Amino acid sequence: MKEKLVIIGNGMAPGRMLERLFETDPDRYQVVIFNAEPRVNYDRIMLSPVLSGEKQFEDIIIHGDAWYIEHGITLYKGCKVERIDRETRTVHSVNGISETYDRLVIATGSVPFIIPVPGKDLAGVVTYRDLDDVHAMMLAAKSRGRAVVIGGGLLGLEAAAGLNDQGMDVTVVHIMPTLMERQLDAAAGYLLAEAVKARGIKLMTSANTRQIVGETRVTGVELADGTILPADMVVMAVGIRPNAALARDAGLAVNRGIVVDAQMRTSDPAIYALGECVEVEGQVFGLVAPLYDMAGILAAGLLGEPAEFVPVATATRLKVTGINLYSAGDFAEGEDREEIVLRDATAGVYKRLVLEHDRIVGAVLYGDTGDGAWYFDMLRKGTDTRPFRDTVIFGQAYQGGTPLDPMAAVAALPDDAEICGCNGVCKGKITGAIAGKALSSLDAVRAHTKASASCGSCTHLVEQLLHLTLGDRYNPAAVQPICPCTGYGHDDVRRLIIAKALKSIPAIMQELEWRTSCGCAKCRPALNYYLLADWPGEYVDDSQSRFINERVHANIQKDGTYSVVPRMWGGVTSPRELRAIADVADRFAIPAIKVTGGQRIDLLGVKKQDLPAVWADLNAAGMVSGAAYAKGLRTVKTCVGSDWCRFGTQDSTGFGIRLERFMWGSWTPAKVKLAVSGCPRNCAEATCKDIGVICVESGYDIHFAGAAGLEIRGTELLCHAGSEDEAFEIVVALTQLYREQGRYLERIYKWAKRVGTGSIRAAVVEDRERRRHYFDRFAFSQRFAQIDPWQERVNGRDAHEFAALAEFGPPVAAQ
Amino acid sequence: MSEWIEIGDLEDVPRRGARCVGVPGLRLAVFRTQQDQVFAIENRCPHRGGPLSEGIVHGASVTCPLHNWAFDLETGRAQGADAGEVRTFAVRIVAGRIQLALGELMRVAAE
Repeated sequence: MKEKLVIIGNGMAPGRMLERLFETDPDRYQVVIFNAEPRVNYDRIMLSPVLSGEKQFEDIIIHGDAWYIEHGITLYKGCKVERIDRETRTVHSVNGISETYDRLVIATGSVPFIIPVPGKDLAGVVTYRDLDDVHAMMLAAKSRGRAVVIGGGLLGLEAAAGLNDQGMDVTVVHIMPTLMERQLDAAAGYLLAEAVKARGIKLMTSANTRQIVGETRVTGVELADGTILPADMVVMAVGIRPNAALARDAGLAVNRGIVVDAQMRTSDPAIYALGECVEVEGQVFGLVAPLYDMAGILAAGLLGEPAEFVPVATATRLKVTGINLYSAGDFAEGEDREEIVLRDATAGVYKRLVLEHDRIVGAVLYGDTGDGAWYFDMLRKGTDTRPFRDTVIFGQAYQGGTPLDPMAAVAALPDDAEICGCNGVCKGKITGAIAGKALSSLDAVRAHTKASASCGSCTHLVEQLLHLTLGDRYNPAAVQPICPCTGYGHDDVRRLIIAKALKSIPAIMQELEWRTSCGCAKCRPALNYYLLADWPGEYVDDSQSRFINERVHANIQKDGTYSVVPRMWGGVTSPRELRAIADVADRFAIPAIKVTGGQRIDLLGVKKQDLPAVWADLNAAGMVSGAAYAKGLRTVKTCVGSDWCRFGTQDSTGFGIRLERFMWGSWTPAKVKLAVSGCPRNCAEATCKDIGVICVESGYDIHFAGAAGLEIRGTELLCHAGSEDEAFEIVVALTQLYREQGRYLERIYKWAKRVGTGSIRAAVVEDRERRRHYFDRFAFSQRFAQIDPWQERVNGRDAHEFAALAEFGPPVAAQ
Repeated sequence: MSEWIEIGDLEDVPRRGARCVGVPGLRLAVFRTQQDQVFAIENRCPHRGGPLSEGIVHGASVTCPLHNWAFDLETGRAQGADAGEVRTFAVRIVAGRIQLALGELMRVAAE
């Protein structure tokens, strides 16, 4: 019988511990995990990018479900343990599930510290600890109201930046005079405060919270000086404390945290603990590096090879895009301490090294953090800096008589040198993956090895390894080229098409020095779209550069047949149209008819050679192509609105039809789906569309940037329009802006995220003249786009597409 | 190679395009590149059976419309990370007319 190892908690520390355990002896233990959170193990450090919208939850999962299955782990999700019975060696969960153990690991982590002020329990007061907190904040941010973040440390600032990115009006209340005072000195704290304020976040330092105000929900925060800050949400981010309640109840020795020895053993020899819940030699821990060290120590212990945990200095990095900040060690002033400071106000750089007996004991870097790892390495090793004392502040690149090649330093590292501390990836694993899997970009290395995928502080090392392994083939240019045929990215190509007046695919390839003679299946459709969008009326569509669906104006199916979807304006049809559809289905023996999600009818299984005849019949009944295959305007979904519905506030059906009649036929970077709902009940599901309009009594709320496919995203509110005409102009102008700025295959929500809602609003809402220009350009382009492609083909265009070149009869038996 | 059979005019196949040729028991397509090279291959992607004749033709390659596998028209071999092959057939141009080797067609069709 295998020994049974039960783990309470499923965070990063026990996850790492299990990885180490399985690497050495995958069959030693039968593992059971209780996780109070209803999910798998994820990278908690990366919650801030999720909050700011830069990452999705899927991006930060460390161990997916498959990992647990593969290792035969029983994982109870959403299953909080309420009691440990040490007599019978059993843990009991609130769900009634109990498990006995041979060995038990407590990894309950930490709980946010809640400052004991009146109002702390009001609805709208949240903490920042797990994914549920992030979701709560993101939901609250939808209202675009006011948020007060209590706490100006790492967590508080990351929360503030994320909420600010989500469109909230954010104030940070911090009790100390400078931000992040535990990691930064006053000078760096000042620079940080300026950078935070420049983002539109308000700061209140030396501010003590007296109470949180509100009846049942938060309405504000009152400070000790009587100031009241109005708030719809309050985030408590003042710190964490070890979550040791379960261990205390079980009678284990607990101080601030669960007391463990250097081998992670608690006062009960069958029970271990690790992570943020423990206390070692009077110290508790909150950063990931020491927790991962504990994981290695515990794994070794469980394998019968005891090692000792020695707390070491740790480094901190703020994960707010655009702010570079690094701090490590201790930088208090002292008698036998000296400091070296470098300031460059113009470049926004501040560096400070604190030395004791010529050895670095602390480092604070702001603006330029590239040498953080180098200083930290010397700090940990106690390197004597006397030989290069004069230049140490300038960084690694300035050392020695000959400039030190940073590549040489990386090249000199042994294969087992750890590069990524967060994910425990060594040099050999990275270079092995680069060579073995032919990886050529940072993203690919992150995807395959997870190196630098968490806090990102080792990114430069991983890039150097890419450089080292690939040589000149590694091109770290931030711009992702369209495809291997060119070095240019989409935006450069679009800019140069206009700037150089390039009006054909060969002209682009010639002028921009394409590496292939006639492009590939990735760049040609993109170039064709850009030319169509930028030179309406001049550029002639290149059908051979279109994907098959757009070339034959129907959707190819897996068996090589096609589906045909005629337009139904605003989802409204008539007996005549329905009869024509029924007749055509009969006549051509079309095997399947399906109602689509976009309020239309799909005829499936049409043979390619029948397409022109099917279209001819549909044309005869007045129907045109629904463009269900196009990177272009697809459907405009509507509800019955004020025509029929007792809740309808405006003529949503009529408005939807007006939009569709005006916009059909237009090509866009990726498909565009619209909807118009007649009231906030939103029966047309407008809030998950590319552009959605919700009618209200006072007019029209225009939403955009939703998605309901691979990704699910609610829309953002762009603006309110008082009249249908105004709403009409804004929707059209918005579409044109997207046509001009979007990268090929980039949906509206991705485009909006890239360019920012603010710039879109400025172009098509706030500046009426610019809006009119976009509207006019769209209208002009439609003069050449609103030709029914089915009709053209019924009339003989591209006939070669729909017939074989030659047909032979059955084979004649050989003589 | 004894007998060649004419299947149509070079101009009947669009540049950077393809046309199907109906042969019982065989899916066949003729491709024409930008430079007027002509290739005949089995019109069936080994991955999921996609009709290669509907793909985008670039250089002397075609990309399958279903899942973007790319094939070298000359050798029939898949390019890049994918592994697979389609059958190629002899084809020639005589006075602007496309000709296929009849014997080979009959043999393959009878398989």
